[in-house]
Amino acid sequence: METTEAGLIARILAGEKELFHELIRPYERMVYLTLFSIIKNETDAEDGAQEAVINAYRHLGSFRGEAKFSTWLTTIAINEGRKRLRKSKGTAEQSIEEQEENHDGDFTPAPLTDWREIPLEALERKELREALRAAVAELPGIYRQVFTLRDLEELNIEETAHALGINPGAVKVRLHRARMMLQKRLVPFLKTTAPARKGFFGRAL
Amino acid sequence: MKLDCKHVWEHISEYIDKTVDAKLREEIELHLEHCEICSAILDSTRNILILTADDRTFELPVGYSERLHKRLAKELASSEKDSEEE
Repeated sequence: METTEAGLIARILAGEKELFHELIRPYERMVYLTLFSIIKNETDAEDGAQEAVINAYRHLGSFRGEAKFSTWLTTIAINEGRKRLRKSKGTAEQSIEEQEENHDGDFTPAPLTDWREIPLEALERKELREALRAAVAELPGIYRQVFTLRDLEELNIEETAHALGINPGAVKVRLHRARMMLQKRLVPFLKTTAPARKGFFGRAL
Repeated sequence: MKLDCKHVWEHISEYIDKTVDAKLREEIELHLEHCEICSAILDSTRNILILTADDRTFELPVGYSERLHKRLAKELASSEKDSEEE
């Protein structure tokens, strides 16, 4: 019995349609997060994720196995997200999408002299997760999407470039900027959520 | 050549991804050995990435998977019907 991904796909196309449930299961999370990185609304992202999965099922025959299935699926999810974003015209998000690389912002990290590596248990704090979610949500769209594909879904640079239809150089630039914006945003927070290290923060910055 | 902090910051993301060339990597590592500021930036950025990759940080809506498979089951059933009718 063929149970590899390519094998599953072949069996689905040969008529064992029910196996599509199994094929999609490892990627459910990825599909949702991709949609959410584009439309930032839970309900719409979930609707979009369902639509993307249905589309993937309907077009499975056109998957040629040249790209990885995960990348192919991510591309479908991105297209669905972009379609929905265009429909909700007039949103602030849309104008940000159009700005492309025109962010002359400050992409330098936050320098700290009194920083010590925070203990891993500090990363367990719920508040820190919330702060990170909020900071990612506030990133301009083009940075949030690259960050989501690379650091959340762990696609590589080539896969991210392919899925978003941009070149690998742009992926690197956007990823760097996204990470630096998040670092700057979260450093003060990491500091205040690490009380065990309070003694180290006595000196002036 | 000795790197200054700003130069290190520009490459910090690629350094984390291990996509800088060997020579630059060595220069950055030399700099990090004596620069607390850049070490702190590197550590804090890495911590953010650890937290990002943790499944508990970005959660799915409750019941998402069940609803997705229910919708998919409906689609599979209707495509079954279509192919029977053909």
